[in-house]
Amino acid sequence: MPLSGQLINVLAAVMLLIAFAMLSQRRILSLIELFAWQGVVLAASTFIVAYTTGQGHLYISGVLTVALKVVALPWILFRLIHRLNIRWDVETLINIPTTMLIGIALVIFAFNLAQPISQMASTITRSTLGIAMACVLLSFLMMMTRRKAVPVVIGFLAMENGLFFAATSATYGMPMVVEFGIALDVLVGGFIFGIFFFQVRETFDSLDTRHMEKLRED
Amino acid sequence: MTLGGFLNQLLQMLLVALAAPLLMGWVNACRAWLQNKSAPSLLQPYRVLRKLLHKDAALAENASWLFRFAPYVIFGCMWLVAGIVPVVASELPFAAAADVIALVGVFAVARVFISLAAMDIGTAFGTLGARREMLIGALAEPALLIIFFNFALISQSTSLTTIVDTLAHREFALYPSLAFAAVAFVMVLLAENARVPVDNPATHLELTMVHEALILEYSARHLALIEWASAIKLFAYCAIGIACFAPWGIAQAGDWNALPLAVLAAVAKLMIAGAGLATLEAVSAKMRIFRVPEFVATAFMLAMLGLLLSYVFEV
Amino acid sequence: MPAATASYLEVVIGIVLFWLAIGALGLLRPAHHGSSARLLYALGAVAGVALAAVALAAIGAPPQAVVLPLGLPDLPFHTRLDALSAFFLLVLGAAGAGISCYAAGYFSGAHGNGGNLTCLQYHWFLASMALVLIADDAYLFMVAWEAMALASYFLVTTDHHDPEIRKAGFLYLLIAHVGAISILLCFGVLQGGQGEYTFDAMRHAELSSRWATVAFMLALLGFGAKAGIVPLHVWLPEAHPAAPSPVSALLSGVMLKTAIYGLFRVTYDLLPSVHWEWGLLVLVIAVVTTLFGVLFALMQHDLKRLLAYHSVENIGIILIGFGLSLIYIGTGQPVLAVLGLIAALYHTLNHAIFKGLLFLGAGSVLKGAGLRDLGRMGGLIRVMPFTAFFFLIGALAISALPPLNGFVSEWLTFQAALLSPSLEHGVLRSIIPLAAAALALAGALTAMCFVKVFGVAFLGVPRSGEAIGGREASEWEQLGMGWLAVLCLVLGLAPVWMIGVMDPIALALLDYSPATIGMAAHWMWLTPVAPERASYSPLIFLAVIVAVVLAAFGLVRLLYHGRLRRTPAWDCGFPGLNARMQDTAEGFAQPIRQIFAPVYEVEAHHPDPFDRLPRYVAEVRDRFWSWLYFPIAGAATFLSRLIGRIQVGRVAVYLMYSFATIIFLLAFVR
Repeated sequence: MPLSGQLINVLAAVMLLIAFAMLSQRRILSLIELFAWQGVVLAASTFIVAYTTGQGHLYISGVLTVALKVVALPWILFRLIHRLNIRWDVETLINIPTTMLIGIALVIFAFNLAQPISQMASTITRSTLGIAMACVLLSFLMMMTRRKAVPVVIGFLAMENGLFFAATSATYGMPMVVEFGIALDVLVGGFIFGIFFFQVRETFDSLDTRHMEKLRED
Repeated sequence: MTLGGFLNQLLQMLLVALAAPLLMGWVNACRAWLQNKSAPSLLQPYRVLRKLLHKDAALAENASWLFRFAPYVIFGCMWLVAGIVPVVASELPFAAAADVIALVGVFAVARVFISLAAMDIGTAFGTLGARREMLIGALAEPALLIIFFNFALISQSTSLTTIVDTLAHREFALYPSLAFAAVAFVMVLLAENARVPVDNPATHLELTMVHEALILEYSARHLALIEWASAIKLFAYCAIGIACFAPWGIAQAGDWNALPLAVLAAVAKLMIAGAGLATLEAVSAKMRIFRVPEFVATAFMLAMLGLLLSYVFEV
Repeated sequence: MPAATASYLEVVIGIVLFWLAIGALGLLRPAHHGSSARLLYALGAVAGVALAAVALAAIGAPPQAVVLPLGLPDLPFHTRLDALSAFFLLVLGAAGAGISCYAAGYFSGAHGNGGNLTCLQYHWFLASMALVLIADDAYLFMVAWEAMALASYFLVTTDHHDPEIRKAGFLYLLIAHVGAISILLCFGVLQGGQGEYTFDAMRHAELSSRWATVAFMLALLGFGAKAGIVPLHVWLPEAHPAAPSPVSALLSGVMLKTAIYGLFRVTYDLLPSVHWEWGLLVLVIAVVTTLFGVLFALMQHDLKRLLAYHSVENIGIILIGFGLSLIYIGTGQPVLAVLGLIAALYHTLNHAIFKGLLFLGAGSVLKGAGLRDLGRMGGLIRVMPFTAFFFLIGALAISALPPLNGFVSEWLTFQAALLSPSLEHGVLRSIIPLAAAALALAGALTAMCFVKVFGVAFLGVPRSGEAIGGREASEWEQLGMGWLAVLCLVLGLAPVWMIGVMDPIALALLDYSPATIGMAAHWMWLTPVAPERASYSPLIFLAVIVAVVLAAFGLVRLLYHGRLRRTPAWDCGFPGLNARMQDTAEGFAQPIRQIFAPVYEVEAHHPDPFDRLPRYVAEVRDRFWSWLYFPIAGAATFLSRLIGRIQVGRVAVYLMYSFATIIFLLAFVR
């Protein structure tokens, strides 16, 4: 296996490592940092894929990743929690080792799901598809097991990271238009969530998503 | 078993036993520097050992034979480890006596004996220490085993010699699963050697102490043996980490020409490892004792993920 | 029958008859005559040693068969002794010898339950187990199997005045019979419709793949019920502690192994082929059983119950090896399957030895101090040093610590699991390492559990008056425990020899043997497959540690001094240390209860803050009772109530039922 392929594999492993670190992280600030690091890893792997395969548009999406997911979104999130003054620990619905166990089961599931696809694919990054899917599922799990709104949003953003990674590893990325669209969506999503946080806090005086249960009509 | 190899073996065992307190001193000195304190002498651990050996042993009235026997067993176990782990040379004759699974077993023997000895007197601190030690061990031991399984899957072997040879003397390759194993290994090292985020060897605070609570009843030569054994344990862990994750420059047993370079490499790597350890200790805060199982369980999970990863990348 | 030299099988049958005779003699002997009982049990022990010796020789010999002129007309009992039977006879003989020797001391004393009936049941129990192992047709097998179940049932209910024990006995009998029905059905499927119920006929029966799976499932259920796999394990922690301790040792150490034998016999020998899916199922069940057993063992404070839960765990470990071997056979790699099979067999033998030893140790504590509750023990090492020493050996062995025997079999199981990269199937490859991880976790938790047991029971300060006044076990008991402790050491130090002994079994069942795959090539090094892959030498291991211990001991005294003074324990400036300051068994395992909280069903009672005598009570229950057994019991009660309605008590109505049945049969069955 050429060095670039090995590097991509290592970066994929680090992606997964970060996904698990996010799953087990208790502090919001560290969570955002981890999210930014995931963006860095994602961008690095995108650049390597771009370099080895000569796909020019991947450079652009790499730059986009850095700008958006490493700089802009973490900055917005930092500002948000600064403004909202919410630096408390993340509360989880299930205890962390159990969450990790479920995570491992998900990883096995994702790997086995991806195995036939990766055997068919001919891309240099094919074996990372399983990891990308695992990242998506793990982010989903994180969204489900967190109580506060901010970690849920970070989970959502991390899920997008996973999807992006899956796209890069399976087919060398989506068409440029789609990527721009998604990037814009994420950014807009970030803003909407920001507004949403303020609204939620004004309504319930807290950012605990459990309060949403009160919206149910009885 | 050639004579050269055997000599090499004995030399290493002696060297490790003698150098282990030095590594301890080095870590302590580094930590002191990082914390802007004036560092103790590098030789301080030796002075402590000498002082302890000179003292009369005070033994609790109801101590049984197990209590007096345990320090020797612990010391023996750690010395065996010192004879197995490749430090400057691989393919040691004794290395074949125990593969990595047996290595984990030796650590377990030592842990069981020190915990049993702690419970022998029947004080609150002893049992408290034993409970915590066994709890951490119960999670750290499988984690360590799974970390080794990561290597076993790469090199198709659980013998340390083959693992080191595979990684050191073959074509360079990146193994993503080892990234996970490395993180997990550092976590296990911290937990198993009573280092800062898990345990603080410098305090006797009942809320947090583990190792110190275990050995509270020991004094004089018994304490010296245990302290020495834990120094060897730290040394052995560092050596295992180096042998597995950064094995470059290690010599083969009996190859006397490669030895000087290997010794230099080993010293340099150990110094870096010690400094790294001190840095880790300096930047992290002591965890609550209830967080420790989570910490070690995380190491376990990471190692397991590494196993799974190594299957994905075989496709 | 060749009359000149008695074949091994004939000797075995002779020993069976000898045991039966001892039992009969035990019934006839004058009651409350201690020395005669001692003699009988000692003779039984000698027979056990003889059985072990014969079995050891017979493993390497070609299979022998004898048809006994017993049983129904035209249905004589077939017996056969091959390598697999011989190995399990070795387990029975080796463990049985030590246990009988112990029983000679245990049952002869003033401890009460050494009645004549116990002697009969005990030896018939031994004999029926031996018969199960040499049976070569379904009839004899079932007869012996049921005799074994009944003998053990009566032994379990020795103290039948206690309603709890009667209840435990009933539970045991119930699950044993559910299992027996399943085994019977399994044999029915295996014979493939020819009406021949000898094992030989079953070997040659044409069985479709689907029916083979049905037979395997039935065997797994039937033998699993006896072995105590989850969720059929519930009888084990009830029945094993209820029996007198030597019987507990036999139940846990040997009887569970007959179930393993049955499973191996059906799977490797009688079934025509093996599917890897079976192996996967076994592996999953085994992993669950292993973890479940050890997690619940940690929660126990009754010493014998704790040991019973560890039996559940160890059955799981045996089945992990078995499952791995099935997976390897099913995927066409019988060479690798050898390792799994050897691991399973080795652990079977090891468990019989160390679990027997531990139960005997628990028996000595029960007899010498009258204690079973860990919460009242403490400091027993000072009043019963020999028992403590033997128990320590057993505890170290079961904790899989080198260089004792438990480590060897777990090591082999790990090695078998690490061969998984050679499999094609993705799911299997990723699940097998998880099994290895679970085994590693179980091993470490076992060590924790036995530190708890030994620390709380034998070390520390006595927690009650009984613990202070404990008496050391008698010589016979010490001899029995010593025999098993020595075996622990021998099996741990000479694994290569033992694997050499087991060689013919693998050769007979899988056509490959450890010798052909390069295991145990050298007397000093145990190696799976090849020495580069892994090697382990317990002798060097022990030698280095012993040398260092001696050297350290000598050098410290030579260079410095060996001065010693006794002082009170350091009380941290807070005078008045007492026994209640030590951890209790519950306290020691409390962190585990917190970490694995979802596994347990805990009923905790917190005292009122104003309570003058506060008591904190927490009881850990098995979730399977509320998940599985209570619903089943409820459904059964409901059904019987429903059916009970047709019972009215008037004769005329009953006659009407019969009449209606006859009319129905006449009308529809022609």
